[in-house]
Amino acid sequence: MSVDLAPELGTRVVPEVAAGQRSPRRLGLLTARPGLILALLFVGFVLVSAVVPGWFTRYDPNATAGPDKLLAPSAEHWFGTDELGRDLFSRVLHGSTLTIQATLGAIVIAVVVGLTLGVVSGFFGGWPDSVLMRVVDVLLAIPRLLLALTIVTALGFGTLPIAVAVGVGIVPGFARITRARVLSIKALPYIEAARTGGASWTRVLVRHILPNSWGPVLVLAVLDFGVAILAISALSFLGFGAAPPAAEWGTLISQGRSYLITSPWLTLLPGLFVGLTVFSLNHISRSLEELQR
Amino acid sequence: MTSVKWLTSSTARYLAGRVLQAVIVLWAVYTVTFGILYLLPSDPVELQLAAANVQVDELSPAELAAAKQQYGLDQPLATQYFDQLGGLLRGDFGQSISLHRPVGELLAERLPSTLALGATAIGLALVLGGTLAYLAAYVRVAWLKTVLNRLPAVGVSLPPFFVGLLLIQVFAFELGWFPATGTQGASSLVLPAITMAVPTAAMLAQVLTRSLDDQLAEPYVATAAARGLSRQYVQARHALRNALLPTLTLLGLLLGATVTEAVVAETVFSRPGVGQMAQQAVLAQDVPLVQAIVVLAAAVFVVINLLIDLVYPLFDPRITHTPRVS
Repeated sequence: MSVDLAPELGTRVVPEVAAGQRSPRRLGLLTARPGLILALLFVGFVLVSAVVPGWFTRYDPNATAGPDKLLAPSAEHWFGTDELGRDLFSRVLHGSTLTIQATLGAIVIAVVVGLTLGVVSGFFGGWPDSVLMRVVDVLLAIPRLLLALTIVTALGFGTLPIAVAVGVGIVPGFARITRARVLSIKALPYIEAARTGGASWTRVLVRHILPNSWGPVLVLAVLDFGVAILAISALSFLGFGAAPPAAEWGTLISQGRSYLITSPWLTLLPGLFVGLTVFSLNHISRSLEELQR
Repeated sequence: MTSVKWLTSSTARYLAGRVLQAVIVLWAVYTVTFGILYLLPSDPVELQLAAANVQVDELSPAELAAAKQQYGLDQPLATQYFDQLGGLLRGDFGQSISLHRPVGELLAERLPSTLALGATAIGLALVLGGTLAYLAAYVRVAWLKTVLNRLPAVGVSLPPFFVGLLLIQVFAFELGWFPATGTQGASSLVLPAITMAVPTAAMLAQVLTRSLDDQLAEPYVATAAARGLSRQYVQARHALRNALLPTLTLLGLLLGATVTEAVVAETVFSRPGVGQMAQQAVLAQDVPLVQAIVVLAAAVFVVINLLIDLVYPLFDPRITHTPRVS
């Protein structure tokens, strides 16, 4: 059951990453650096274009142009145009705004709630710990996408509901990792020293335990950024995202499906864009993980 | 020998404990989903009446009350909770609001197709992921090894619906090898199964490659090589067996996620299965149907992982469920 498996998986995978850093793969890691730079550049581009899409495209994402409909990708329209003649590249960039907003929302929810639960659990122990961890176990037993679907059913459709739905799904992971971290820090001599020195528990928590728990949470946040993008794209692909004409990445891909035979770029190029973003994020978080050791 | 030792009385006690634990988890899953669906700020009454195509605004108070009564929504929340729980225990999943049919009947109708798809996908994932990991550990040509090692990372990064649409474009439209949609025969199973298998295979390959590399660094591998056994024999007969254990755990998690992965795959390929029904149920905000599917999926997840835990000692004699006498 997930209750026992998750930590087991963790312990199995983590040392192996550490092992990978030894002699033969060290070289691989160094030659992989250009990859890391490319990944950072691409993610940077996606983030900047999500904030100011106008910098990278001169087309209005919602401006229709009848004669220019379903044009193949060209120098004029990098990703081609859709069935209403709207520039697809511009729509993807403006879709980034919504998708990145939803993703950031999900991550913020996961970090804030997960960190709080983890700290309370690890710091106080006792019955709050037991209760919270059982709740986390239950959340882990519900497959993430289905948990998200349940929440979307209750909250309705749109960018915010899918952000909440995905965020709640990744809370358990954050809670678990924070709790483990807090537990191990709590047992360290400097906490005892601080207490002996007269610091209150609140002070110890805020000044010593919290700052030292950030590291693994940050790595997880970067890793889950990719996971969250995939989940949010999937939810908007399934039709639960923002109402038209606004379109998240998933919605764009879903809309292009009707033209798959004649204009495959309408689905394939945005899909490739999502894949590339997630791949870059995964690459960055893996490099972060390797660097941290 | 192992199987005899496996079935002792303390194992039976362990088994009973684990089954009880699974039942408690399922009850908790039901409670959590009920809580989400009925306690969140949205009004479950309106949601469900809307799902049943009732125009809530146009109803007189009397009509509204009658409509509520028809769907059992006039009961206090606690009564609804226990009624539904009792129904679940008797195998009665309630009534779908958007489809006007018993949920149990709908699930029974749709489940075989999803299970066939899931089984094919897991089979494919095992073959693909296993082969990839085996080759990645075996190959000594540096660039090829790097490529094989990086491939799974691509697999987990691509959105499943994108993979599905790409497959349709290439193999259904361009090459015409397989049908793009539908459920006619085995050939229509191929593309959706590959779609579901890609991320699963990638995850399996990642875990298996790492654990194979670890096993190949163990002293017993050097010993076997020193005894004159070929590299291929050592990897296939010694290292692989040990490396499969962590993969087994992951396989349980992935098997349990079958229904979830089917949601996207079945939607892309328009296959009438449980996954597609889940997508439609959410679109229609059909609360009883959504809840039944989530509980069912969680049950599949919990039962499969329970089974995996129980068969573990058969694969690894070092793990026992019986307390050790020291």
